[in-house]
Amino acid sequence: MIPETDNILEVDKLITSFETDRGLLRAVDQVSFTVPAGKTVGIVGESGCGKSVTAMSIVRLLPQPAGKILGGHVYFKGRDLVRASDSEIRKIRGGEIGVIFQEPMAALNPVHRIGRQVAEVFHMHKKLSKKDAWDAATEMLELVRIPAPEKRMMDYPHHLSGGMRQRVVIAMAMACRPSLLIADEPTTALDVTVQAQILDLMGRIQSEMGMSTILITHDLGVIAETCDDVVVMYAGRVVERASAEELFANPLHAYTKGLLHSIPTLDTPSKSLLNTIPGIVASLADYSHGCRFCQRMGRTTAVTRERPGFSEVSPNHWVETCPECYQPA
Amino acid sequence: MTYPLLSVQDLRIHFPVRGGVMLRQTGAVRAVDGVSLDIAPGETLGLVGESGCGKSTLGKAIVRLLKPTTGSIRFENHDISHAGPHALRPLRRNFQMIFQDPAESLDPRMSVRAIIEEPFIIHGLGSRAERLQWVDDLLDRVGLPTSSAERYSFEFSGGQRQRIGIARALALKPKLIVCDEPVSALDVSVQSQILNLLVELQRDFGLSYLFIAHDLSVVKHVSDRVAVMYLGKIVELATAEAIYKDPRHAYTQALLSAIPSHDPKVKRKKILLEGDVPSPIDPPPGSAFGHRINHPRYPETIGADLSLREIFPKHWVAADPCCVSAEDWEKVRPAPAKA
Repeated sequence: MIPETDNILEVDKLITSFETDRGLLRAVDQVSFTVPAGKTVGIVGESGCGKSVTAMSIVRLLPQPAGKILGGHVYFKGRDLVRASDSEIRKIRGGEIGVIFQEPMAALNPVHRIGRQVAEVFHMHKKLSKKDAWDAATEMLELVRIPAPEKRMMDYPHHLSGGMRQRVVIAMAMACRPSLLIADEPTTALDVTVQAQILDLMGRIQSEMGMSTILITHDLGVIAETCDDVVVMYAGRVVERASAEELFANPLHAYTKGLLHSIPTLDTPSKSLLNTIPGIVASLADYSHGCRFCQRMGRTTAVTRERPGFSEVSPNHWVETCPECYQPA
Repeated sequence: MTYPLLSVQDLRIHFPVRGGVMLRQTGAVRAVDGVSLDIAPGETLGLVGESGCGKSTLGKAIVRLLKPTTGSIRFENHDISHAGPHALRPLRRNFQMIFQDPAESLDPRMSVRAIIEEPFIIHGLGSRAERLQWVDDLLDRVGLPTSSAERYSFEFSGGQRQRIGIARALALKPKLIVCDEPVSALDVSVQSQILNLLVELQRDFGLSYLFIAHDLSVVKHVSDRVAVMYLGKIVELATAEAIYKDPRHAYTQALLSAIPSHDPKVKRKKILLEGDVPSPIDPPPGSAFGHRINHPRYPETIGADLSLREIFPKHWVAADPCCVSAEDWEKVRPAPAKA
């Protein structure tokens, strides 16, 4: 057991592997971070960096049988989810931990009415009667600001727009008033104006319910706007971790700097050449044990063959201390 | 008289909606509904709007992958809007397109060389040896090793595939390239590589771009002028600078305020819109945006002429009382009809 803290979730040296044709690949390689109660933690990185696999490992929704948690701990309110039984996990997932995925259409069953799907959550987790569950579901749709909820309950998912579907998914995730919400790219498939609505809604519900959120995204703008703390991942590892304010003002790892400088903002001079990170995000099978960002940059010096350490270089600011990618001031 | 490179006048593209047992036409999707714009040589016109606003349809019509319903598209003063395949072929080399998803727009059964060489063969250009050389030059120009030529597109990453798509589009030395969401499927670190390539190519070859994207920061970065599209119509058109610093249309303002800021310390005031983009199948009869925001002056716009007016030099905005300030409305309102 871990000592009592204010953290609702502590991920400690989590290792998740996938069995593939090219051998066992560590999609998540000793990832550690904490989620303080009531706060939003963003996990950011490019495709294939392991951010979604990290989230899915927490709630044990890994593709089976290929995905396996090989090591580490995930303490949720003091319980280690890695070692919890399947029935315990089923109770927690959708109960105390809500999950939202990127593609709302994939999370909804196309052949059942919205009402039945939202009510099912109440029926399953809270053991409400059919009638009470239906009423609770209607109330939930109202909470996520779906206009005319009684009418929408009778609709099928394809009747709704992308933004409305995502609201339904949020309603289902919030149904049991979870203390932790995991949102995996919740606004990536949406237009900017709808994204703003959904982020606003999530922020409001979060402060009303006092819950914590893990927000997974590739969009640094969304991170800057909504997160208290940020975890930057690259090729299965955390390269930097800090509060959002600190990370944007004072990025320390070369990869974080590269990411921040490669996006045009409204203040970037027009048609100026942007900073780029050379190379591509390689397949995990192509990385060796050493610093993975050095491998992308084509640096092969001796120091990069060892796995760099990960340390707290200033209060609450952690960075992978590869001598090439991180130079202390 | 000089002509713009491309001039689009009152373009409409309607897709029939069929229903019933006899599949008779029961309605129309008004994907593009009265759009006019010009593009000058060497210029980038950005086109922004939410999904379903008709921006991709407009782009496809400009390179004549679609036939417009009415209106004209003039390329160097040739009307191409209703030209047949035969008449189009010699003109096509002047305008090319880059697609969002290079995985879907490149034939997986053709080698990279065959993909890039194909335009030369179609247009009967060069000998075999010359074409070999040209393909190598193009690969080099877009930053791919010439050894890529014998490989297949699926062997490459998203960013590299987009480079192949760009090489193919460049092959015939076009004057205009329509870029339809060229970087939205790419990771951020790769996105900047492709944006830089597009900017460099424009500088080197004097290309014009119609740059279609939903990411407003990206559009601002590459564009000289920006057109904002809403439900098949352009609602504001101005220099990139003016659109972002001084937007006059309520929709442009809402769209800009929705961009997340990249500084956690800056919390911008957001204009949160209710609801979604309405369907272009049955658009409201008056101001589409006025209808969405339930504006009290909406009834005035039914049947009114909401076309663009020049509010300041080179800054055009829809003459729509629901969407401009009262002060601006006095400047753009149509002259009252004579009794």
